Amino acid sequence: MTSANPSSTPAGPAAEPAVEPVVEMHGIHMDFPGVKALDDVSLRLFPGEVHAVMGENGAGKSTLIKVLTGVYRATAGTTTFDGRAVRFAGPGAAQDAGISTVYQEVNLAPNLSVAENILLGREPRRLGTIDGRAMRAAARVHLDRIGLRLDPASTLGEHPIAVQQLVAIARAVAVDAKVLILDEPTSSLDAEEVAELFRIMRVLRDDGVAILFVSHFLEQVYEISDRMTVLRNGRLVGEHRTAELSRLDLLSAMLGRELTTLEEVGRLAEQAAEQAGGTPVLEARGLGRRGALAPFDLKVAAGEVVGLAGLLGSGRTELVRLLFGADRPDSGTLLVNGRPVSLRSPRAPIAAGVAFCSEDRKGEGILADLSIRDNLVLAVQARRGWARPVPRRTKDELVERYMRMLDIRPNDPDALVGNLSGGNQQKVMLARWLATDPSVLILDEPTRGIDVGAKAQIQKVVAELARDGMAVVYISAELEEVTRLSNRVVVLKDRVKIAELTEPSVDDIMHLIAQHDPEPRLEAAS
Amino acid sequence: MTATLPAPTLAAAGARRPRVPTSLLPVVATFVLFVVLFAVGSARYENFGSAQVFVNLFVDNAFLIVLAVGMTFVILTGGIDLSVGAVVALSTMVAAKTLQAGLPAALVFVLVLVIGATLGLMNGLIIHHFGVQPFIATLATMFLARGLCFVISVQSVSIEDPTFRAIATGSITLPGDVYLTYSVLVALLVVVVAALVLHKTRFGRTVYAVGGSESSALLMGLAVGRVKVGVYVISGLCSAVAGLLFSFYMLSGYGLHAVGMELDAIAAVVIGGTLLAGGVGYVAGSLLGVLVLGVIQTLISFQGTLSSWWTKIFIGTLLLVFIVVQRAISGRRPASRSTGA
Amino acid sequence: MTSPDLPAPVERPAGASLGARVRGSRLVWPALALLLLLVGNTIASPSFLGVRLQDGHLYGSLVDILKNGAPIALIALGMTLVIATRGIDLSVGAVVAIAAAVTCTWIAGSPDPTSASAALTGMAVAIALCLVLGLWNGLLVSVLGIQPIIATLVLMTAGRGIAMLITDGQIITVNNESFSFVGSGFLLFPVAILLALVVFVVVALLSRRTALGLLVESVGINPEASRLAGLRSRTIIWTVYVFSAFCAGLAGLMISANVNAADANNAGLFIEMDAILAVVIGGTSLAGGRYSLVGTLLGALTIQTLTTTVYTVGIAPEVTLVFKAVVVIAVFLLQSARVRAAFARLGRRGGPTRPVPRTAPARPVAARPRPAERVSPS
Repeated sequence: MTSANPSSTPAGPAAEPAVEPVVEMHGIHMDFPGVKALDDVSLRLFPGEVHAVMGENGAGKSTLIKVLTGVYRATAGTTTFDGRAVRFAGPGAAQDAGISTVYQEVNLAPNLSVAENILLGREPRRLGTIDGRAMRAAARVHLDRIGLRLDPASTLGEHPIAVQQLVAIARAVAVDAKVLILDEPTSSLDAEEVAELFRIMRVLRDDGVAILFVSHFLEQVYEISDRMTVLRNGRLVGEHRTAELSRLDLLSAMLGRELTTLEEVGRLAEQAAEQAGGTPVLEARGLGRRGALAPFDLKVAAGEVVGLAGLLGSGRTELVRLLFGADRPDSGTLLVNGRPVSLRSPRAPIAAGVAFCSEDRKGEGILADLSIRDNLVLAVQARRGWARPVPRRTKDELVERYMRMLDIRPNDPDALVGNLSGGNQQKVMLARWLATDPSVLILDEPTRGIDVGAKAQIQKVVAELARDGMAVVYISAELEEVTRLSNRVVVLKDRVKIAELTEPSVDDIMHLIAQHDPEPRLEAAS
Repeated sequence: MTATLPAPTLAAAGARRPRVPTSLLPVVATFVLFVVLFAVGSARYENFGSAQVFVNLFVDNAFLIVLAVGMTFVILTGGIDLSVGAVVALSTMVAAKTLQAGLPAALVFVLVLVIGATLGLMNGLIIHHFGVQPFIATLATMFLARGLCFVISVQSVSIEDPTFRAIATGSITLPGDVYLTYSVLVALLVVVVAALVLHKTRFGRTVYAVGGSESSALLMGLAVGRVKVGVYVISGLCSAVAGLLFSFYMLSGYGLHAVGMELDAIAAVVIGGTLLAGGVGYVAGSLLGVLVLGVIQTLISFQGTLSSWWTKIFIGTLLLVFIVVQRAISGRRPASRSTGA
Repeated sequence: MTSPDLPAPVERPAGASLGARVRGSRLVWPALALLLLLVGNTIASPSFLGVRLQDGHLYGSLVDILKNGAPIALIALGMTLVIATRGIDLSVGAVVAIAAAVTCTWIAGSPDPTSASAALTGMAVAIALCLVLGLWNGLLVSVLGIQPIIATLVLMTAGRGIAMLITDGQIITVNNESFSFVGSGFLLFPVAILLALVVFVVVALLSRRTALGLLVESVGINPEASRLAGLRSRTIIWTVYVFSAFCAGLAGLMISANVNAADANNAGLFIEMDAILAVVIGGTSLAGGRYSLVGTLLGALTIQTLTTTVYTVGIAPEVTLVFKAVVVIAVFLLQSARVRAAFARLGRRGGPTRPVPRTAPARPVAARPRPAERVSPS
């Protein structure tokens, strides 16, 4: 392995396995208009290893995988597979070459049989027609290889998602894949199912398959992976042996430290803290939803910012969606200002004064084809019903006030929101809710994917709102941001609320996430 | 590739499977419905419960059976073809006019089939390559085909060709003095071939895969484009065959033949248990669907006092019931789709 | 139009952004098509544009086009709102037949079939029944969650049967002046035109002066975002189907009053197709969202002018269908290119159900990961 140049990995190379890598990506750059998704990233994948790619949202994990499988063409950089330089035309070509991918959502045909799903596109044929018996027999062989006992003739959709996921893996390796990419395969599995998946992964690894594994569950990565590559903001942070990297080091590598400190925000947050401590405006009692989040309690007082910290997939988004009725909880109650609120739809929480900005700005937030003005008054209008339009003057006042307060650009209320930058779209979302004069503001990653200036502005506005008496629930992937703004921080891990800390430091939170072992998952898996 | 296999722990999951695949249940339900309707007719009316009445269901609906088969392919991929009725009309018109011009019947058959397949191909290409919704693309073809009928002739054109008439009026007598037409044989042949194609060829299985989830089918590396275009060609071809059978039945070509027949075809397919969302269904179900429509029609004509428009109301009601049941069965799937995941 | 800002929500001060300009240009196409047809007709027969006043009534080809186009325009108005919410209403033709059947049967069956009161009550009953049919469609779509095309297919199929049931399979002819007035009466202009105009103005006013336009567009553009903003999407969707049925009912009255008869088989046959065509030519996307009432009106007039043209040129009227087919295909190929451009521009990751970019995973254009980062092109 002298040819490789591991010195490009800042955190130091992992010990070299004694074999040639089956995949080697070097100096990969991937530019999208206005975004550097990957900046000089390298990846080495050896036969017979499980290699985890770690990083928070936007780190470049999925882009890297898409470059490898030919969905994207890298702007620069080389990829070698089996010792040859390659550039696949698409996932199909990659699969033909021996790189199979299993996605987070099961990408199979649920209406067909297990056997067909494994062999679709390469069914055994006799006299031009599909030989059903031979197909089932072949499927059985592939299922046996990964030790899955299923009736190949059964319909795929009748099996639980976990089993479907395993069938997807059977299909992926049925082509004698040398590389198997598992993109967050565990996000919808329970502990027992994860254990089964890992058993199969080990079988394949021992067979010499190189497995690229993406997961947000820290414990799972430590259990199954041999080595890991850590990315942050499109850059390579390091390549490590899993056994040699502590959880804490991994976390700080993934999350990094933001250098810019916003002193003013800190000061405002302190002022807000002094006012906090009254009766809770928002109180959740035993709120939970199966498969999304274990039941939790939460209280937020007026003038208080409660931050939610946890890795992606830890349940932080699920938590706030339950608070808003965006997803219907199956246990627990929500009280706003002491009164219970129905969570069948967002309407009751909105009427009670709860506001929520989704993390999925495009999909669940903005109306791209409408103007800033229309987007801004939407929630107010929804509350009034169609027959009572917001009077033109009120509308103009609202638009002017919030466009100025949040410095929305371009300063043209008729500009289409779809044409705005991410930061300004986020501000429009915020303005939409502020216009309803809420008592509780829930922000899910309001600063994700927006420029530094807008980030600081939004944080400052949040701090000011809290000082003026608003109860705020704040999610950010950047722990610095959470600790800076929040009076209290709720820590989540693996879909359980594990702690609630008062004015913690980033280190406190990281230690907590790194150390805490949610009981069932590990025991069941080992 | 030898691996030591640890004891599988998820085997229990496989055991949950019910005996009859759930996708077959609607077909069974339609079958039961047909039997009940036929039994009711036999109990209430003299002469209803005869073999000839049963066979007549096929004789009078041979074209609809073929049409429903083509529609089944399209709906299985999650599409819809509104042009089939118009293509039937165009086929009758082309057949009548070319026969009138003295073309031999065999050549006429080929010509009609080529026209039908071409219109289907046009549908498929527009839908697949331009991303136009199936509903609207086939609507355009429907206009086009009907308009072309009138370009050929505004009046009804009767068919006098002796060969053609011979095939049309010829019948086979089965034991028990039950007669059936050649059209019935053609229709049944189409059903059998279609079932084979759907269940025994890679194309057919891909039709189901595309209907189950088009994006998954793409990621599985299947020939999604070929299948999406192919089903419309098949539907066009079936429409042409149905058009020929319809000209046997009517012995004329007319631009206002088969108005609204696309709705009957869709209704038959839906009543036959094919999910409108795609991915689930059988041609046998569609055949049963046509028979149910036929038996309702027969019941009403036997009843005598009920006017024929009750047929439409019954079909509409039945369609509604089946759609609502479909919706109840697959309730979760569309919900998860709409959130986009 | 009564106020300068009345035109349907599509027009925006030009130059605001690329998107706004493209949208503004949507009206250019139908207007151009209409203009071409009119110019062609004028060249073919110079008297085409002539309008004369006789007995206080306006006559002329243009007036005929407006009058005959009124039912299509009406139905297309209702259809526009339905399509804006990502829906479709196939049942309008059947509703036309039912409205015609109910009114004529009522009038014919009343004690004095020539009285104005018989006509008025008959029409009121018909409209009321149409509202019920609209409620039914809305129930299927918004509450039961059935795809609109299928939900309305039910009534499309059964509706004509119901109309036949009402008329007992006969063509009911009536001789009632008050009723005829709706179809062929004059108040300087033919009454049908005035009725359509009134509905148009009311809808335009509702769109602009109440929040209905905004809420309908929101539901059509992004149902999930609308839900999270607290909209009652269900009620809104329900409302547009009721309104669509209302428009169809009114059109049914016009159509049957014009011929003084109810023909359950043929009244409003294929009119749903014409209405959808008018909406689409008018620049409203079948994918829902922004809609243009003016565009729909232009679209309806274009279709009617096309029909009239074919007629005056001396081609069999049935052949119009071929021209319509060509227009539909042309419009859609145009629109689909635009849809693609829009995809590239907005970088949407493919709307949940509608026009899916054909090769979603393989084309970076369709799958650009962080479109949010782009800055406005000002």
